[in-house]
Amino acid sequence: MSRRVAVVVFPGSNCDADTLAAARDAGSDAYYVWHRDTDLQRADVVILPGGFSYGDYLRSGAIARFSPVMRAVVTHAREGGHVLGICNGFQILCEAGLLPGGLVRNARLRFLSRPVRVRVESTDTPFTSRYATGDVLEIPIAHGDGRYVVDPRTAAELEAGAQVVWRYAGDNPNGSTNDIAGVCNAARNVVGLMPHPERRVAPVIGGSDGTRVFQSMEASHATQHAGDVRAVGDRHLRV
Amino acid sequence: MTAYRVEVRVMPRATLLDPQGQAVERALHALGFEVGRVRVGKHLELDVEAANGEEAAARARAMCDRLLANPVTEDFAVAVRTA
Repeated sequence: MSRRVAVVVFPGSNCDADTLAAARDAGSDAYYVWHRDTDLQRADVVILPGGFSYGDYLRSGAIARFSPVMRAVVTHAREGGHVLGICNGFQILCEAGLLPGGLVRNARLRFLSRPVRVRVESTDTPFTSRYATGDVLEIPIAHGDGRYVVDPRTAAELEAGAQVVWRYAGDNPNGSTNDIAGVCNAARNVVGLMPHPERRVAPVIGGSDGTRVFQSMEASHATQHAGDVRAVGDRHLRV
Repeated sequence: MTAYRVEVRVMPRATLLDPQGQAVERALHALGFEVGRVRVGKHLELDVEAANGEEAAARARAMCDRLLANPVTEDFAVAVRTA
């Protein structure tokens, strides 16, 4: 059975349609959830897409994190549900405290919209399991506030715990700490990244390097399903 | 109850690179001004009705903790005066 994937739409989201299409292409049962909704409709996965929620007023993601839907997203995450934040979605997850650190103005100030090279640093997440560690991908960025910052102690913890999921390879476009492009939480069920994998899911739009993010998400269902069956004595119990 | 004007100053953390401040600093130098380091932050004015100034400041600080400043990237200061 396909995974149910809720793509949250905030006022100002603009990557929601591409994200929905990428998830559906990977076989997911993806649908939109409006930011005012309080019900995720039995979602297995929640994706916060890119865009400029609330016009980035105050700080990117600062107001969106208080949208009614976010209460359900936080509950979903706390219960171990999978959550992916792309670009503005990553900013919102940081503002909501679901991911460590924060995203501030690019070091060279300019808004950057171009492909970058990112290296997969961890495949132990629901969104990277179909990659190999060390894979270098070409995926576009499109952000003004993409510089990931975190205090040195937390940065060391992220490195030690293999919570850095993607790192810019070669050129660091925005000055982010330790070239970080994406991280996960300690439980590894919440993942955020600045590049846009949904913009690289077919050769006709420039490449397919992002496809496996969505395939990983769909495949992690099978893994989770297998984990749900536990042998007790001579029987297999579904738990 | 008294009407207070609370002024909130939100600044990027001192340890963080402030590229906006650097750009302004360079622009000032280009115009011939002598100036040391420049940092750019935000200034917010909040009109608050409270029993006293301390209560007004406490409420403003709670607003900063919750929404107006991000403790990971910013520091804030609160100043209260009667409106």
